Amino acid sequence: MKHHIKFKVNGDEYSLAVDPWRTLNEVLREDLNLTGTKLGCGTGDCGACTVFVDDRTVSSCLTLAVSVDGKAVRTVEGLAPSGEELHPVQDAFIKTGAIQCGFCTSGMEMSAVHLLSHNPAPTEREIRAGLSGHLCRCTGYNQIVEAISVAAEKMRESGSEEVES
Amino acid sequence: MRLPRFEYFAPKTLDAALSLLTENGEGAHVLAGGTDVLVKMTLGRLRPKALIRLEGIQGLNEIHFEPKKGLTIGATARLAEVASHPDILTHYPAVAYAAQVMANVQVRNMGTVAGNLCNAAPSADTAPPLIAMGAEVTVASLKGERRLPLDQFFKGPGLTAIEPGEIMTSIFVPSPPPKSGASYKRISARCGVDIAAVGVGVMALFDGEACREAGIVLGAVAPIPMRAIKTEGLVKGQEWTQELIERAGDQAAQESKPISDVRASAEWRKRMVAVLTRRALEEARERAKKRYTAAH
Repeated sequence: MKHHIKFKVNGDEYSLAVDPWRTLNEVLREDLNLTGTKLGCGTGDCGACTVFVDDRTVSSCLTLAVSVDGKAVRTVEGLAPSGEELHPVQDAFIKTGAIQCGFCTSGMEMSAVHLLSHNPAPTEREIRAGLSGHLCRCTGYNQIVEAISVAAEKMRESGSEEVES
Repeated sequence: MRLPRFEYFAPKTLDAALSLLTENGEGAHVLAGGTDVLVKMTLGRLRPKALIRLEGIQGLNEIHFEPKKGLTIGATARLAEVASHPDILTHYPAVAYAAQVMANVQVRNMGTVAGNLCNAAPSADTAPPLIAMGAEVTVASLKGERRLPLDQFFKGPGLTAIEPGEIMTSIFVPSPPPKSGASYKRISARCGVDIAAVGVGVMALFDGEACREAGIVLGAVAPIPMRAIKTEGLVKGQEWTQELIERAGDQAAQESKPISDVRASAEWRKRMVAVLTRRALEEARERAKKRYTAAH
């Protein structure tokens, strides 16, 4: 039996009927066509599917779509809503060469945004701990860590407040 | 990689959840954070007919500390909430630490302590410090509630004392006595993220320069998180010396029953039991001193 759910994604309201065994990852990618969120391992180890549900980052592959009824989801597509000006984290990923094949990028960026919202001035160790739930098979970890520290500095300078979706 | 089909229920009350669990019989499974259950289902190791999700039950996620009694952690309180809760950080730093070092940010944002216990992995990080601190769990069924020591909860890998029709509703940890300290130490191939290859939880009570008694619990070196009974007996009532700590480590290693697997060899695990037991005892002693100083 399908369940009727209402939830927000990047500020837009959606109303859907979903089978209970479908994950949030499947619904985002297949029904809403938001393919910025990736599916890697499917078991919560690689972090490629990371999205926000309310103010927490979660693995969308281990989140049932029915469970986000009434909640606000934020995906990588919601980081730069205008499509013109990138989020400081995205901008820093490009400028420091933190994107290679790009598959891990959207998940890494969501966790970076989560980390910086709790800790605006993280040490390198804290950045690595905050991103420990992510794998980059291109192994470009150093650039990713650098990108996040560059973004942190930018965001502190501009006093940019994280806008919740 | 798709989940198998199942029926889904999201009851709003515990009574409704218990009724659903009984009505649906053995094919029904309880879902808290989902970080173990959904993985097992994805990998085909678990095929429930129905999932009963607990998250919507009001009040079940509460974390409550009463200084004279103790700490209650509701079944749907998330690991991240436990790891960062001010009362838990102050009075139960070993428990906060266990919840903080396991898994990764996303999993800690979803998973629960109750789920970690009910999954009953021998390596469950929250079990050793909770058992060492004398934790009890409350399980409910349509017949009522019962409370049992966490020490008697684990029956084997993946097996617990939970009977059909029962749901764990909370975990209770008594207030740590004055002049006591607790610690959890763990080691794995990667820092954090990785499942613990060995974990040791300790709570020790002191009487001046002597150890009045201690709870010492070993993780990932037996089919269940195991109390090192002989080690507890060895340190009980003894003068607190470096030699005692060394002997306690050796004794804990001797009574541990590890296996060799992908994460570590049995021999290495035994050696690490000795090292981590010593370090946990030392940290427990330091914390007891600090708490005593802070209180006077």
